[in-house]
Order: sequence, then C-alpha cells, then structure tokens
Amino acid sequence: MDRIPILKLGGALIVTIQVDMHDRLMLALEEDLTAKIASTGARGVLIEISALEIVDSFIGRMLDNIAAISRVLDAETVVVGMRPAVAITLIELGLNLTGIKTALNVERGMAMIQARLDEDDADGLGSTRAHRED
Amino acid sequence: MRTDSEARVPIAKTDLLPIRSGEDVVRVRQQVRARAIEIGLGLVDQTKIITAASELARNTLDYGGGGEVRIDLVEEGGRKGVRLTFEDQGPGIPDIAQALTDHYTTGGGLGLGLGGAKRLSNEFHIESTLGVGTRITIARWKSR
Ligand SMILES: Nc1ncnc2c1ncn2[C@@H]1O[C@H](COP(=O)(O)OP(=O)(O)OP(=O)(O)O)[C@@H](O)[C@H]1O
Ligand SMILES: [Mg+2]
Repeated sequence: MDRIPILKLGGALIVTIQVDMHDRLMLALEEDLTAKIASTGARGVLIEISALEIVDSFIGRMLDNIAAISRVLDAETVVVGMRPAVAITLIELGLNLTGIKTALNVERGMAMIQARLDEDDADGLGSTRAHRED
Repeated sequence: MRTDSEARVPIAKTDLLPIRSGEDVVRVRQQVRARAIEIGLGLVDQTKIITAASELARNTLDYGGGGEVRIDLVEEGGRKGVRLTFEDQGPGIPDIAQALTDHYTTGGGLGLGLGGAKRLSNEFHIESTLGVGTRITIARWKSR
C-alpha cells in the first residue's frame, strides 16, 4: 500500500501531503505518524497541505486526531500552507479545527515548533528526554 | 429528427460515476473539479462544490452501501452550473431534519457532511425512503 513519507528534521517530523488522498492513505498516515513520534521522541509535527485542494470532514477529523494523539505523546502539531479557498470552505462546512495549530507557511510553522524546543532546552528538558531511534 | 427546441436542451454534458470504494470518492472529486473548471467556476466556488461532492460521495459509500453520482453541466437562462445527483439503494434516512442537523452522526463522524454540503451549494434537494434508498441533488451556479 502507498504511504506518505515522513521526514525527520531535528526534533520535528515533517509531512508534505502531495496527493489527492483516499481515506485509507490518511488512516495509514495517522498510524505511521503515531509510531514515528513515539520512536523518535519528536516534539513537533509539521503537516504541509498547500497541495490539498479540499479539506472535507474526513480529512479535518484525521488532522484533529493526529493533533490529539501527538499532544498525548507530548508533541505539537502545526498544519501549514492551507489554501485561502480551502480555509473559506472549511468554515462554511462547519469545521473549526479548534484542536489544531495552524501557520501560514513552513517557515512560520517551524518557528512555532522551534520555540517549543528552545523552551525545553531552557528548562533542561532537551537533554533529559529519552530519544529512541530505530 | 432534431427540432430547434431540442437543439437548445439545457444539459450540456453528463457523466455517470460509480461510488463503490474510497478510490471512487477521489475520482468523483476529480471529475467534479474538471467540470467546474470547464464552465469557468471561480476557485472558491470550485472548492465548495468539490468539498460538498466529497461529503455526499462518502455518505453514499458509508451509509448508502455504495451507489452512483450523475454530474450534469447545466445552463439555465444564460447562466452555467454544475448539478450533482447522488443515488443509493441503501437503508434510507429515517429523519432527514435530524440528519441535516450539525453534529448529528450515526457513524462516529463529525456529523457535518450533510448540513455542510447544503451550505456549500446553491441548491439542495433530498429524497429518502426507508428500505428503498436516498437521492440527493446539489448545484452550484457560476456567479455573474
Ligand atoms: N446516503 C445515506 N443513507 C443513509 N443514511 C445517511 C446517508 N447520508 C447520511 N446519512 C445519515 O445522516 C447522518 C449525518 O450525515 P453527515 O454526513 O452529516 O454526518 P456523518 O457522515 O455522520 O459525519 P461526517 O460527514 O461529518 O464525517 C449520518 O450519520 C447517517 O446516519
Ligand atoms: Mg458524512
């Protein structure tokens, strides 16, 4: 089965959604991300969706789920690059995505995650947090 | 024999697509996008009708046990639009008003698809008969 690749950059995981996803692909991504957060100890997940032409209730629910799971695993999810037409449509659909942090682009999203990593370092957490690699 | 009035029949083009799998839902979105672009719908209108189509196609699959969609390019009084008719032979919807209520779901969803599809469309008709099936028609017109 197809998978969406997950990149690791420092303490963050990065996913770029580039295809018109069918539902199983999105479910697989949720599963893969969860495993990867646990195995890498990542503190942030950046999901880049500028290629997505729509966000419907299914994709919205998946993004919400991913954010909720990462929160429990002590990582923060930031969704970046949403097209303006998608944002307008989302609101009319009734999706408010309250559980998700968003940023306009990758730079700003990474800055949000980096701010969190810096905070950890200042608290001395950066060195004590266990990192398992597989 | 073709008469003058038949030459002005308002349905310009029709596609009939099956909805039997998640991949079919993707194909429905792609075909609706292609037709919306063909009649020159703006980007936001395109996004709205594709999103509505995605919601209704998934409902057809998940609750209707599969079915099909007819995509019509329509022209009425000089304006162009896309009309979509989703049809299934599933269990039907017992209470349409309740199903249209935001956050009402019997499938563990967000309960936004049906009401959302209505908000995202310029026209919305729903017919459902218990034990017979459900037919939902939506349209989005090109704004002038
Ligand atoms: N074609 C259908 N046949 C039978 N029941 C349907 C059909 N479409 C919708 N329903 C019923 O209406 C309810 C509401 O549908 P709606 O699309 O608004 O929400 P959902 O599919 O449950 O969640 P979401 O779309 O937000 O993921 C469904 O849970 C289902 O009970
Ligand atoms: Mg639905």
